[in-house]
Amino acid sequence: MLRIHCPHCGLRDYTEFQYGGDASKPRPAHSDTNRSHWHAHVFLFDNPKGLHREYWQHRLGCRQWLIVDRDTASNLIKQVQIGPIAPASAP
Amino acid sequence: MSAPIRRATGGHLNRDVSVRFSLEGKSLTGFQGDTLASALLANNIRLVGRSFKYHRPRGFLAAGVEEPNGLFTIGLGGRSTPNVVGTGVELVDGLIARRQNAWPSVEWDLMAINSLFAPLLSAGFYYKTFMGPFKGSWMWYEPFIRRAAGLGRAEKERDPDRYETRHLHTDVAIIGAGPAGLSAALQAGRQGARVVLIEQDCRLGGSLLSEPAEALTQWRQTIEREIAHLPNITVLTRTTALGLYDGHTLALVERRDATQPDPIRGQAREVVITLRTQALVLASGSIERPLVFGNNDLPGVMLHSAVNTYSERFALQLGSRIVCATNNDSVYASACALARHGANVTIADSRTHVTPALLQLASTAQVRVLTDAQVVHAKGQRHVRAATLAVGQSHASIACDLLTVSGGWNPTVHLSSHTGIAPMYRADIDAFVPGGFAPGHYGAGAVTGCYALSSVIREGAAAGGSAACYAGFQRDVDSLPMPLIEDVAYRLETTRSLRPTSRHKAFLDFQTDVTSDDLTVAYQEGFVSVEHLKRYTTLGMGTDQGKTSNINAIEHMAHLRKLPIPAAGTTTFRPPYTPVSIGALAGRRIGQHFRPIRRTPLHDWHAANGGVFTEAGLWLRVWYYQWAGQSVEAAYLEEMRVVRQAVGLSDVSSLGKIDIQGADAAEFLNRVYVNGFAKLPIGKARYGVMLNDDGTVLDDGTTARFSDTQYFMTTTTAQAAEVMSRLEFLTQMVWPELAVNVTSVTDQWAGLCLAGPKARTVLQQAFPTIDISDTAIPYMAAIETSLDDLPLRILRLSFSGELAYELYIPAEYGHALWQHLLAAGASSGIKPYGLEALASLRIEKGHVAGLELDHRTTLSDLGLAKMARPDKAYIGQALSDRPGLTAADRWSLVGLRLSIAGPPLRGGAILFFKDDALVGHGRGYITSVTWSIELNQYIALALLQGGLGHEGEEIVCVYPLKREQVHARVVSPVFIDAAGARLRV
Amino acid sequence: MTQRVAQPMTHPRRSRYSALALLRHALRPTPWSRAWRAATPKSNYDVIIVGGGGHGLATAYYLAANHGIRNIAVLEKSYIGSGNVGRNTTLVRSNYLLDGNTQFFEHSLKLWESLSHTLNYNVMLSQRGQVVLAHNPGQLDVLARKGNTMLLNGIDAELLDRGDVMRALPYLDYSDECRFPIYGGLLQRRAGTVRHDAVAWGYARAASELGVDIIENCEVTGFIESEGRITGVNTSQGRIHAGRTAIAVAGHSSHLAAMAGLRLPIESHLLQAFVTEAIKPMVDHVISFGAELFYLSQSDKGGLVFGGHIDGFNSYTSRGQFPKVQDVAECAVALIPSISRLRLLRHWGGIQDMTPDGSPFIGRTVRRDLYFNGGWCYQGFKATPASGWCFAHTIAHEEEHPLIKHLALDRFERHNGFDEYGLGLWPYRQ
Repeated sequence: MLRIHCPHCGLRDYTEFQYGGDASKPRPAHSDTNRSHWHAHVFLFDNPKGLHREYWQHRLGCRQWLIVDRDTASNLIKQVQIGPIAPASAP
Repeated sequence: MSAPIRRATGGHLNRDVSVRFSLEGKSLTGFQGDTLASALLANNIRLVGRSFKYHRPRGFLAAGVEEPNGLFTIGLGGRSTPNVVGTGVELVDGLIARRQNAWPSVEWDLMAINSLFAPLLSAGFYYKTFMGPFKGSWMWYEPFIRRAAGLGRAEKERDPDRYETRHLHTDVAIIGAGPAGLSAALQAGRQGARVVLIEQDCRLGGSLLSEPAEALTQWRQTIEREIAHLPNITVLTRTTALGLYDGHTLALVERRDATQPDPIRGQAREVVITLRTQALVLASGSIERPLVFGNNDLPGVMLHSAVNTYSERFALQLGSRIVCATNNDSVYASACALARHGANVTIADSRTHVTPALLQLASTAQVRVLTDAQVVHAKGQRHVRAATLAVGQSHASIACDLLTVSGGWNPTVHLSSHTGIAPMYRADIDAFVPGGFAPGHYGAGAVTGCYALSSVIREGAAAGGSAACYAGFQRDVDSLPMPLIEDVAYRLETTRSLRPTSRHKAFLDFQTDVTSDDLTVAYQEGFVSVEHLKRYTTLGMGTDQGKTSNINAIEHMAHLRKLPIPAAGTTTFRPPYTPVSIGALAGRRIGQHFRPIRRTPLHDWHAANGGVFTEAGLWLRVWYYQWAGQSVEAAYLEEMRVVRQAVGLSDVSSLGKIDIQGADAAEFLNRVYVNGFAKLPIGKARYGVMLNDDGTVLDDGTTARFSDTQYFMTTTTAQAAEVMSRLEFLTQMVWPELAVNVTSVTDQWAGLCLAGPKARTVLQQAFPTIDISDTAIPYMAAIETSLDDLPLRILRLSFSGELAYELYIPAEYGHALWQHLLAAGASSGIKPYGLEALASLRIEKGHVAGLELDHRTTLSDLGLAKMARPDKAYIGQALSDRPGLTAADRWSLVGLRLSIAGPPLRGGAILFFKDDALVGHGRGYITSVTWSIELNQYIALALLQGGLGHEGEEIVCVYPLKREQVHARVVSPVFIDAAGARLRV
Repeated sequence: MTQRVAQPMTHPRRSRYSALALLRHALRPTPWSRAWRAATPKSNYDVIIVGGGGHGLATAYYLAANHGIRNIAVLEKSYIGSGNVGRNTTLVRSNYLLDGNTQFFEHSLKLWESLSHTLNYNVMLSQRGQVVLAHNPGQLDVLARKGNTMLLNGIDAELLDRGDVMRALPYLDYSDECRFPIYGGLLQRRAGTVRHDAVAWGYARAASELGVDIIENCEVTGFIESEGRITGVNTSQGRIHAGRTAIAVAGHSSHLAAMAGLRLPIESHLLQAFVTEAIKPMVDHVISFGAELFYLSQSDKGGLVFGGHIDGFNSYTSRGQFPKVQDVAECAVALIPSISRLRLLRHWGGIQDMTPDGSPFIGRTVRRDLYFNGGWCYQGFKATPASGWCFAHTIAHEEEHPLIKHLALDRFERHNGFDEYGLGLWPYRQ
């Protein structure tokens, strides 16, 4: 079972968390009305086989949204951070 | 065939306790300590099943979970369990067993006629035929095929037994309690780690239980005693490790059938355990491999190790003239033991050279050894009576009543394979071992290809020690005691290249009836990769999952392809290791406990006062009250009438409620909602809509402002969790610079909706000290007051279109407030109303709800486009103006009224314009329907192409599922009080 | 738009399968010939199809049979059918709601109905009927909309009330214990199951006989570009040129597309499937639960085959998470209480493409002469024949077949796609 180390709560089963998808892409600024920026943000994914930066929320715990770097080919988690993180630092 | 003899002494049996059981109604006895298999053999029942395809007679091949033939249906009625492997069933009093897959009986099975057609039934034959004469002819053949296939029969009664799930955490998990596992457990335990030792058998010891040597028994008992005394070691017997999953997690199942659990007293039949560990030791041993020769499936042909187990553990002498066919050293010691028990034993060893030590051993025990000898085929009808051997260049037939086979040993690599690490071939032992271990995982004993007992024990201790260290328990401890034995070396010579020809069928997979001929067919047709081979021939697809067949098949295919074994491929083992009850996996989450039930604080009142509930997601909400009628169709109309004409009270506690606080709360809401919230005055509520990032509507609700920095948001019941989570995402991840906090208070507040022209009268009656006049609490006002020192929030909002108030009070007082309002409203004729009436009232008023908010509709689809403020940015704005979302021909919200009397409007009806041909996808569909008590007819909300652009036109609503067609007029979705006069009285 | 009908075979099959052929082989044992030729790659093809799964093989077959293009290679990195065509729960159906989806999946079901004959390979289409359950009036309305739409498009559908469901499926839970009581359902009698592996093998055999080279153990490592066109692929077996190159590797679409510089609206997710040990016939329909995503049928061999939702986070591991196993078992018992006693024999995982609207992509790409087929979410298997049919047409005519015009890769730039179940824009929730 995938287990995630929540910085607040410790090592927990993934079933306590809600997956939130790709976290590698910068979210366009709130005032940005450029459609293609938002299209790329909402609809296009690198979907790597390997390290993937992704959101998880510890829904059944502290409710913190986390940024998790996980290898999608092995499910091994490299790091868990409490966001937000500047998107530029994405892997 | 001579009768098997249960020897008078020996074995791990409790001979003081005789156990009665039955086979197809025939009463039999065995001893405590027997398995069903050993007890049947003790009763001289050798024929235990019929094979899947050819219905050939079959006896037990094995003594463990790898058994492919001896499958039984155990129990009766709701407790009937098909396909249970007899070698894994502990004998308990009253056990009821039936053999299966035969008609009329296993002894006389007419289905054996299939054998005559065997040449037609080669691998994959069904892909080549049953296609004609017509398209779809398979539907005619299929029922016959289905009836012939399958094994046992499933009952359709509800399972009366109880199952549990359990969670365990430990430092070191050890899978298997044979010599390696026992020493690993003790070593790790001595180092201070918490240890869980997992053994599928009812006793510890593994292969040691089949060892006659006294020194080994003593060693085992010493180790077991110390394990029992160490408080940090938990021993789980009758427990199988089903699978090894990510995160050092093991799924286990503990079987308690043997203790005859009573569900009435809450005792579970099986318990599924999720075990989270820091480190683990795989000591899962190995399984002996059969030899492939003609008629190798005859009853009386058994794995050598199984015969040894039946002899030593169960004190059964299964034959008096025994031929032991082997290609390796492992049979010699036990063959000698069989001879010492009085059998006439011949070893047929396929190798030309056998070490002198072994020959000496055999000769001492008066065991005859034939070298360069292999079985060509077994002879006999229903039981083996002779073995035809090729000895050197000549053939010989040896009469026997038992033919044991040993083709070497396959390490039980399943669990390591579950982690995605492919097994690795080792030529020296002609077998696959784990291809490696993940960090924190260790292997010991036969699973790693280590067979010499003292090495196994040392390896076990080393692995246990390493695992404990990995988990942080590094401590010098005494080394483990070693048994005083001499190791027998394990040497094997593969017989793969030696294939004596035989016109008899030679089975690779006993249960699914896959023969070497089938492999040849697969090879000819190009199904040569291991996965193709398995899928095409069904090899390894039986209940035993090919535990005795996979490796032989891979080797056979490698031989056909003239490839070395590693190049021919390996197989992927999938969990579970052995089949597991679906009931055990479900545990207690069955029936009413399948999913959590959410009840409002007023639930008990509703239940006691005629409320009939319905599911709304996980919530139970009142559908209607019986005061209004005995069916929903009758009741909701009465309830609507009360609200429209007097006053009604309903429970809206399931609405999502979110407390939003902070200096930037106004700015936050202004970004989240499409409409403006920056200037919402204190003491006011506002209806708001929020979008998904893609511009579709996520949810609607109201938000009230109670102070400069505090807001109270309500969401729909369905989207409450989603909205909360999105808001948290925005505050934590997107706009951390905003000083705002969001907290779910759904469960903290009870919500009551008081609606109807007399609502104010009732409220005034209920709260004589509060000014609730239209001036004090005008439409869309939101006040915070208190009642007996309890906070009370009154929001003048309306979903129904009537004068209405939503009242929120701390959840534990919801009940008191509810009764207080009912009492205050008694003279006004107040009545409670349920979800159906609530939904119907909102349809009359034209409010959208769940069926219209399906992540596909946009603001303008719902007639809400005017709410969006173009002068500010809001979530979902950028993508909401993609051409497809703004097209004029999108389906948007309209009201429908029947234009002429006819069948009712129905949800799900498809709409067409009057001149359209009634085919295709139509112009829209009806989302919600109700009978309108005000208009005295059916009305509906619908999404229609072009929407209110067609107002006044007549359209056609078709419902071909009921062959109905009605005409309706497009009207405004607000059916009543379009000006909103009732809201503002 | 006129359809070209499958042309008659120009050369006889080397060994036509029939009961008679079986008898002949039984009486006078002669080796069966290979189901598909073992081929080594040539240096040049008219069309290369990357991916020897159901869709790739079907595409190759229809290119050869319908469009006369026979100089084709299907490149498979492992063995053919090693992907999702051999890892699914074998359901075929055409109960779809949205304009475009309805017609496409009905075309697929029609092709299924004659596939054994078309291919001379028994794929065992069993039209045993699928019942989709509703547990409240709102759900039944949604099903009714779908059923009405189906009937209006000439597709069979029947609305069932609780009593109808009880008569058809007496072994479901109708007791007071039931958490989500059954309210009704929608039946499509023509829906059913197919022997999944046979689909890959049948298409491979038929394509091979028409001259298609099926090359196993050939992994594509990159695309060859020339003057702005994709002109072939680099593979583990060397460089292969092609006039047109098509990708059909659902599950690994992003990986392949990235080699061509494309970023897709696709995430890869793990879907688990489950089978019990074989029992005598018990369940004669395909049943879909309404309270959760869960579907179950019984294979001809006797095992109950079932599945649920994806594990829920991007994954290229083919091993599932245990809580999902428990979750699916709970659904099974909630639906059929007596299943509690039966035993799970095996569970396995497949990697599937998930998209923001739950619908696939087929068609041309922004790269010239590169075609894409993927994003099948849960519906890849049932779509196999129509996908191959339409994709072949698209490649042959360099223009999308009318049935897949709505499935363009760039559709989200213009609208919200085809969210058949109204689940929203998150691939991991579709």
